[in-house]
Amino acid sequence: MQSTRPLTIGTSAPRGDAAAKAAGTEPYAADRYPADCLWAGAVRSNLPAGRIIAIDTTAAAALPGVVKVLTAADVVGSNRQGIIHKDMPVLCDQQVRYSGDPLALVLAEDRSILQQAVKLVRFELEPLVGLFDLDSALAPDAPLIHEGQPGNLLAQASICKGTGLDGFSDCDVVVEGSFSTPVQAHAFLETESGVARLEEDGGLLLEVSTQSPFRDRFEISHALGIPWGKIRIVAPSLGGGFGGKDGATVQCLLGLAAQHANGRWVRMQWDREESFKAGYKRHACKMEYRLGASADGTLQALHARLWYDTGAYAHLGAEVMELGMEHAGGPYRIPHTQIDGWCVYTNNPTAGAMRAFGVCQATFGFESMMDLLAAKLGMDPLELRLKNALVRGDENCAGMRLTSSTGIKTCLEQLQQHPFWQQQEQWKAAAPRFKQRGIGLAAVFNAAGYGGGVRDAATAKIELTADGSFVVHNAVADMGQGNSAAFQQIAGHILSQDAARITLKQPDTRTAYPSGSSSAGRTTYTFGKALITATEELRSRLLNMAGMVLFLQGNDGLELQPGKVVHPPSNKEITLAQLAGYMQPEERVCLGQYVAPTCKDIPPTAKGFFIGFPHVIFGYGAHLVRLEVDSLTGQLTLCDYLAVTDGGRVLNPMMFDQQVQGGVAQGLGYALMEDFTVQNGVVKTPDFATYLIPGSLDVPEIISIPAQGEPEETGPFGMKGIGEVAMNGPLPAVANAVADACGVRLCHGPLTPQRVLVGQTG
Amino acid sequence: MKIQCNLNGTPTEFNCLPDRRVIDLLREDLGLTGSKEGCGTGECGACTILVDGLPKLACLMLAAQLEGTQVETVEALQQTEQGRTLMAAFSEEGAVQCGYCIPGMEMASLALLRQDEPLTREQIKEGLSGNLCRCTGYVKIVDAVERAARVKGEG
Repeated sequence: MQSTRPLTIGTSAPRGDAAAKAAGTEPYAADRYPADCLWAGAVRSNLPAGRIIAIDTTAAAALPGVVKVLTAADVVGSNRQGIIHKDMPVLCDQQVRYSGDPLALVLAEDRSILQQAVKLVRFELEPLVGLFDLDSALAPDAPLIHEGQPGNLLAQASICKGTGLDGFSDCDVVVEGSFSTPVQAHAFLETESGVARLEEDGGLLLEVSTQSPFRDRFEISHALGIPWGKIRIVAPSLGGGFGGKDGATVQCLLGLAAQHANGRWVRMQWDREESFKAGYKRHACKMEYRLGASADGTLQALHARLWYDTGAYAHLGAEVMELGMEHAGGPYRIPHTQIDGWCVYTNNPTAGAMRAFGVCQATFGFESMMDLLAAKLGMDPLELRLKNALVRGDENCAGMRLTSSTGIKTCLEQLQQHPFWQQQEQWKAAAPRFKQRGIGLAAVFNAAGYGGGVRDAATAKIELTADGSFVVHNAVADMGQGNSAAFQQIAGHILSQDAARITLKQPDTRTAYPSGSSSAGRTTYTFGKALITATEELRSRLLNMAGMVLFLQGNDGLELQPGKVVHPPSNKEITLAQLAGYMQPEERVCLGQYVAPTCKDIPPTAKGFFIGFPHVIFGYGAHLVRLEVDSLTGQLTLCDYLAVTDGGRVLNPMMFDQQVQGGVAQGLGYALMEDFTVQNGVVKTPDFATYLIPGSLDVPEIISIPAQGEPEETGPFGMKGIGEVAMNGPLPAVANAVADACGVRLCHGPLTPQRVLVGQTG
Repeated sequence: MKIQCNLNGTPTEFNCLPDRRVIDLLREDLGLTGSKEGCGTGECGACTILVDGLPKLACLMLAAQLEGTQVETVEALQQTEQGRTLMAAFSEEGAVQCGYCIPGMEMASLALLRQDEPLTREQIKEGLSGNLCRCTGYVKIVDAVERAARVKGEG
């Protein structure tokens, strides 16, 4: 039974989409099976580097039930896609650069014919030298994966703050470390999917699992030569995204298929293996760290070098590297930093956006360094972090002065008060036989919002329907993070309406307005602010119209209640349905727009940055894990996990916990088991039997506590985005706990029992 | 071939190839898209349905195996008090995020709830260990099943 109380900011209302999802009635793109639809599928190279000699589609085209077999020659537009760097072919024309590169697109009457036909497309490739790791791609004589990208570098940048490397001359203590992190797969359960068709007016309609419906129009337009105004994207709820559906997956292929389908619907869904082989990934990263401090533990100097493997195409690789660099010094005051980054093309699967976008790699390096430093100084690791924690007004490691809410210190202090920290010695002493117990910390932060050089804007729309209920037209896709529920809550709060009276319409480029991608911890923040403006305007119109109809001179005493406007002093009231009847259709629709603060002044000491750097708002967190190491097998058992998170004011505590717990679980997968393996360009982990993600028995109880800090005054009701920050903690926290338990310092993820055992036995 | 079974309480007969995957039969042929496919190889549990009361993976079953069985999918949950309680628990405990694993998670939970013994948190985790969720970290999913078990105990 749904509550009829008005939705209220700050309370744990169930999400507006939960009931339909629990009943199995929420429509996803993958649930679309239009009558008489064609099925489209890509033919992929399976060879990571080669020149195309010939593609023979004859046998496939001759198979009964095959409608078309398309190649690059059938693409009218640029045949290139990419969010910023348009270097990725829709269908390869000259060269293949990774094993998932598509060479042809088959349209067939049903799935089984499609599967047969895909195998009948013959192609001849002349193998080229493949570059499968950073060293070979960076070698001076390495062949170029993309002409015009010398050194196989997509990007190279540096930050020098204070006196840079000279800062080490004043350090009493210096520690060094080399770290690496594996490739991670998003592993959303709904694989890349959608349907498309050409409409009677010549327009192209796509219903697709996407994080960026508005940008998709530009991608398709550019690649396929269709005017973007003729492209309509509908983006239903996603069955997970995590960054992997930001940027074109099936979109351009589906658009191309629809151009050749005679007005019929075309359906495309990658199966799990194709999703793993052809979908985007998290960048593998190699890091070299040096950190110096005074004898009292005051951080003085940092030298960090980060190499990101971006795979075959750019996607957002440069921006991922930039964000990693911006976070490479942790949430601490360090007067002198030198941070260098390289983003390197290889013939591996394309790495792109993933939750904690370049940051979780650097956090592993940095937070491991903090424990190494604490050990060398003989200092408590929490004291060391507290001593150096950023406060508002400080400059961060990228040289940006922090003018927004900065809650890391509060997070660490709350963690310090927790029994897990207070009773650590007793707990460790109670370890069972053959088990060693350890406690590990990580202090984390993550930028929220687009970085410098990018307009972070949204336009929200809310409508009073003729029957007196409300529709919020969402424009930023909901991949599960719950922004659409937050929007219902914001509208309900301002209009004093209960959940049943506020419907949310998921993005449709025909009825909503460009509001950017669902990414960067910005969806609730930026669109939420725009929605507040729109909803307040609608509220004002409703009160005005009610005042007119009820013959009231002013607004004093007029208030909205579920389904009506009341005036208690005069005992008058009018229902919203009645009010709607008095209003013109356009009067019942309000828009609001918002441009989020982004940085305009890039520090002069930062070189090589293009866009997406630096940031002005950050979420913070302090994480703690308690674990046991089995001294015979190296097996890690996680006992408890605690995350204290600064997200400003919490709009819905239950949804706040969802984001933190989910981010921690993904981080624990990254810490313990997830290892997307590619050998000589060929994916060795194409399914959930070989690529393991955490199940219900693999994660401990994850306790989420909001920081009792200050609100973020720029955000909607004081909130700021926390979708990403939790992902950063687990890998370094677990590594620090293992070191605490058994003295083994693990510097290469994931932290498998084999690595623990090798560390223990030397 | 002609296949007869009881689907969500209704005697049902359909014509299909005997080797049609049950997940395709449900989603494509019968329009029951509540059951999801996450992997197609029996590793993720998103397609979990109950066949004669036991959790089964619809992506690994063939249509002919349904002959003469009682089949329950997520669409049947609204028909029973226990099903409605379970859905409400998932919704109100915050167990639902992207929601793609939830139908399978609920069907696996239903099988657990129908057992006679009271359920501990550990038993719930074990019972759901074949169902992957990428969004939640499982805490609130276990909370939801615990709550549904508690309601059952009180009822």
